[in-house]
Order: sequence, then C-alpha cells, then structure tokens
Amino acid sequence: MVTLAPVEPDPVRPAAGGRRSGTGRLAALLVSPTLLVLGLVVAYPILSAIRLSLFQRNDGIDPETGLRLAGDRFVGLDNFTDMFTGDTASRFLNALGNTTSFTVVAVSIEVVIGVLMALVMHRAFRGRALVRAAILVPWAVPTAIAGLLWRWIFQADGVANDLLPGPPVLWTTDGAQAWFAVVIADTWKTAPFIGLLVLAGLQVISSEIYEAARLDGAGPWRTFFSITLPLVKPTLLVAVLFRVLDTLRMFDLPYTLIGPGKNATDTVTVLAFEEAVKFGKYGPASAYAVVLFIYVALVAFVFVRLLGADVFGRSR
Amino acid sequence: MRARYLGIGAIVVYCLAPFYWMLVSSLRRTNDIFDSGPLPDPLSLESYRAAFAAHNGFLRSLLNSFIVAGTTTVLVLIFATFTAYALARLEFRGKGVVLALIIATSMFPGISLLVPLLQLFSQIGWINTYQAMIVPNIGGVLPLAVWNLTAFFRQMPSELEEAAQIDGCTPTGAFRRVILPLAAPGVFTTAIITFIAAWNEFIIALSVVNDNTLKTAPVITSQFTGTTTFDSPFGTQMAAGVIVTIPLVILVLLFQRRIVTGLTAGGVK
Repeated sequence: MVTLAPVEPDPVRPAAGGRRSGTGRLAALLVSPTLLVLGLVVAYPILSAIRLSLFQRNDGIDPETGLRLAGDRFVGLDNFTDMFTGDTASRFLNALGNTTSFTVVAVSIEVVIGVLMALVMHRAFRGRALVRAAILVPWAVPTAIAGLLWRWIFQADGVANDLLPGPPVLWTTDGAQAWFAVVIADTWKTAPFIGLLVLAGLQVISSEIYEAARLDGAGPWRTFFSITLPLVKPTLLVAVLFRVLDTLRMFDLPYTLIGPGKNATDTVTVLAFEEAVKFGKYGPASAYAVVLFIYVALVAFVFVRLLGADVFGRSR
Repeated sequence: MRARYLGIGAIVVYCLAPFYWMLVSSLRRTNDIFDSGPLPDPLSLESYRAAFAAHNGFLRSLLNSFIVAGTTTVLVLIFATFTAYALARLEFRGKGVVLALIIATSMFPGISLLVPLLQLFSQIGWINTYQAMIVPNIGGVLPLAVWNLTAFFRQMPSELEEAAQIDGCTPTGAFRRVILPLAAPGVFTTAIITFIAAWNEFIIALSVVNDNTLKTAPVITSQFTGTTTFDSPFGTQMAAGVIVTIPLVILVLLFQRRIVTGLTAGGVK
C-alpha cells in the first residue's frame, strides 16, 4: 500500500543555497535519476498501454489460406466498445461496479472506524507504545497474506462461522457474503492506518481551542463537529484520497481471499490481470487498464480541484 | 476513565485478533486445524515443517523476497535521498512540476503499468528474472520514499548549509559533508517503510515470474497446494504467513515511533 501524507509547505526561507551558481545544476543532477526511473517504469508503460489497447491478438484461422493466424492487428477502439457493449460487457461493467462499491463502502467504514480510533488514542495516556505497535500490525501484514488469513477465518467451518449465530455462511464462494468478506478484511487492514494519520492531525490542534469551546458551553458532539472535524479535515481529505485511489486498484485481497472469476468480487484490476497473465490478451487487458487509469485520474481530479484535497500541502 | 481503557482494549483486540488467529492456527496439529479454542492444544510445529518441506520451495522464496525487497530499498533510497534534498532545500525552476509528477505517479493504478511491462519483459527476455520484479517495484515505492524524505529534510534548520558554505563548502559539499550525515535517521526510517512496502508487493511478482525458484514468499504462500486438505492447506499457509510477517512485525515493534513519524511526516507541522 502506498499512501502519502502531505508534506508541509515550503516556508519562504531566505533561499538556502540562494541563487548561487551551481544550485540549479546540482538540483538537476539530483532530480534527474528519479525522473528517469519514473519515466521508464511509469510514463513509458502508460503510453504503451494506450497503444496496446488499440490492438488485438489475431485468433483463429485465415479464411483464405487456411493457416493459423498470428501477430497483432489494429482494431481501433474495438476493445473499448467491446467493454461497454460487446460479449464481455457484462463482466466488465460488473467489475467496474465492484471496484466502485468496494471503494465507496470500504473507505467510508474505514474513515468512521479510523476517526474513532484516533479519538480514543488521542485521549490515552498510558499504553501508547502498545497501541501504536498494535495499530501498525495490520498495516505491516502483506495484503496477500492478509487475504489468506481472512480466507481461513471465513472458511465454512472456520472461526467466523463459529462465532456467529445461525447456520454457517459460505463466505468465500461468491455472492454478497464474499463481497462483505473482502470489505471486512480491507477495513481491518487499513482503518488503523487512517486512525494513525488522523491522530497526527489531532495532535496539532491546540488545547486552547477546546478550552475556549468548553467555556462557551459546547458539548462533546458540538465540539467534535464544529472544531475537531473541520481542523482535521485537511489531513483526513488527503488520507481519504490516497485510500480511495488504493482501493480503486484493489487486487490482492479479492484475488487471495476469494479468488479470480467471481462475480461478486472481481475488480477491474483482477479482470485485467486475468486477461493479460492467464490468457495473454494484452489488447483487452490494456483497454481495461486504460479505463481504470482514466477513472483514477478523474477521482483524483475531483478530490484535488473540487474538494480541495491539499496533496501538496501548500495552503497550510 | 474506564471507557477510555475499554476503547484502547477494543483497538488492540481489533488489530491483533486476526493476526493472533494466524499464529494460533499455525501452531495446531493438522488434525486439530478446525478447533476454535483460543490456544493450540497440543502445541505442534507440524505446519511449520510442512511449510518448509522441500517441494514447497518456501525457504528459497524467502531469500528471493529478501533479494527483491533489499535491492529495491537500496536503489530507492539512493534516488529518493538525492531528489528529496533538491525538492526540500534547493530553489530551482520546475520544482512544482517535479513534485506534481512524483505525486501523480504514486496515484497510478499498478495494473496500467503491469500489462505493458509484462509484454515488454516477455520481448526482452526478462520473464523469470529478479530485475523484472525489482524495476517496477522501484517505480511503485519511489514516490513514497521521496515524500517521506522531503518532509524530513524540510525539518532540518536552514542554517546548516549556510554555515557549511561560510566555511567554504560548495552546495554539493554541503549536501555530502553536512546534510547527509545528519539525515541518517530520516533515511533509516524511510528505509524501513520502503522495505515493508517492497516486501509486501504481490501483483508484479505474481505476473512476471512463473519459475517456482524465483517467486517471492507472498506469491509462493498463496500458491501452496496441500495434500492434507482438498482445498487449501490452511495450517501450512498460516505457518508460512507467520514467517513472512514476522520480520515486519519485529521491525514494527522495534521502530514503531520512527515508523509512525515517517508515515505521518508532514501531516503535522
């Protein structure tokens, strides 16, 4: 999971290093390796994915020569139109729906639990080290391993069914319960992380503001909604943005917890992975990847421009 | 007061209970694997022996994970330290663009990179190589590392370079002789976070390698086939899961304060 916290603004300092000659050259020298690497493993693949998405591997028999066809042929936007109207449309639209519903539901639950955790931790005086260590455990467990762990918990004769009343639920087969299993596992893994980020935001709110609120007679709810929430909002918004982007590309959990090829839990990434790795159909797989890329870019745009998620940390 | 302790208790149980269940299950005998008691009774290392059984190639996969995550971490730290220093401490044109590019790349869905890289790697014969896992992994964790280190460099007093330059250092000399040694703690924290992120990578390692002797530990664990149960060999998987996770849990226990500071870096003024 790659999640970033905002970097604090660059204070207008009397330019450390100044405009001295050599600074610009040094900066170029220091920055270029990173840009080169990102160009090679990020920019090139994106462009390549767009190109690949316009091709399809030849399949079947040439009607004139009777030989097996090979190579790729240019199909224009066929891969994209297939996605929305062709034979595979229902599978793709279903995956797009799962991706969206996972993101909306899981991130919402995670934010609520994460904020609650942060509030509890903020008040705690003893046992902080223990809680901090505990809260890092779900974050540190590899997601693929977490998937296997929850698969074991959610077995038909596993511990989840032992603890729950009623007849055993077949969690890991398919259907709504499989979808819930993935949401539960994702929530377990990432809510503590949101808690950690929100806690950091809480710790910089000065106690004087709370003091003033108390003197003005504000109750705990009023204090939370009028002071705490607005003041942690910048931190929370960035945390939510990165969680949302992370959930939109979700793969490890549905893949190891439920397995690929399930209606209820296949995400766009699972679908593209199957097409590319299992069937070697790079064209359709790239088209899925490109659509997901556009989706992610739109969501990021909405967060940054419309909601004002301050990823650069400039205005604070 | 009591409610507070209850809350703390709830958080600890929430975070640790599933992990505890993995540990308990891994210590049961295969025959007792479906027990739901809180302790393994009797205690057995059967699952661990099964996990390390030669046909699984689990030991080798741990080595592979160390090679991939270790190399990724070292390379990422070199690139990120340089870039973060420039972003945090130097004034240069195009800084905003560089920052925006790095943030933007951290937002890309991995699959958009994976499909074309997979095709490229099969053309240049990189399938079943370490570099096929390491190179995309670098792209994945580099933005995170740059971010962390930028926040760290910004916290250092700006008088440092000035003093170094008054003493006759060039900007490069100030970076090498003054800043870099002082940045060691920040670099170390970033190293831990980078290593954990690289160690946990799954989809790339799953896609670019199909030779069992080169797979990483999470991939091998997810592909265990058992003779014990018809479905998945859960005991063995839990034992392997514990082994894969233990190095990370030890890092977390030792360096929790640093990790938290690193993860929330910049979120707090």
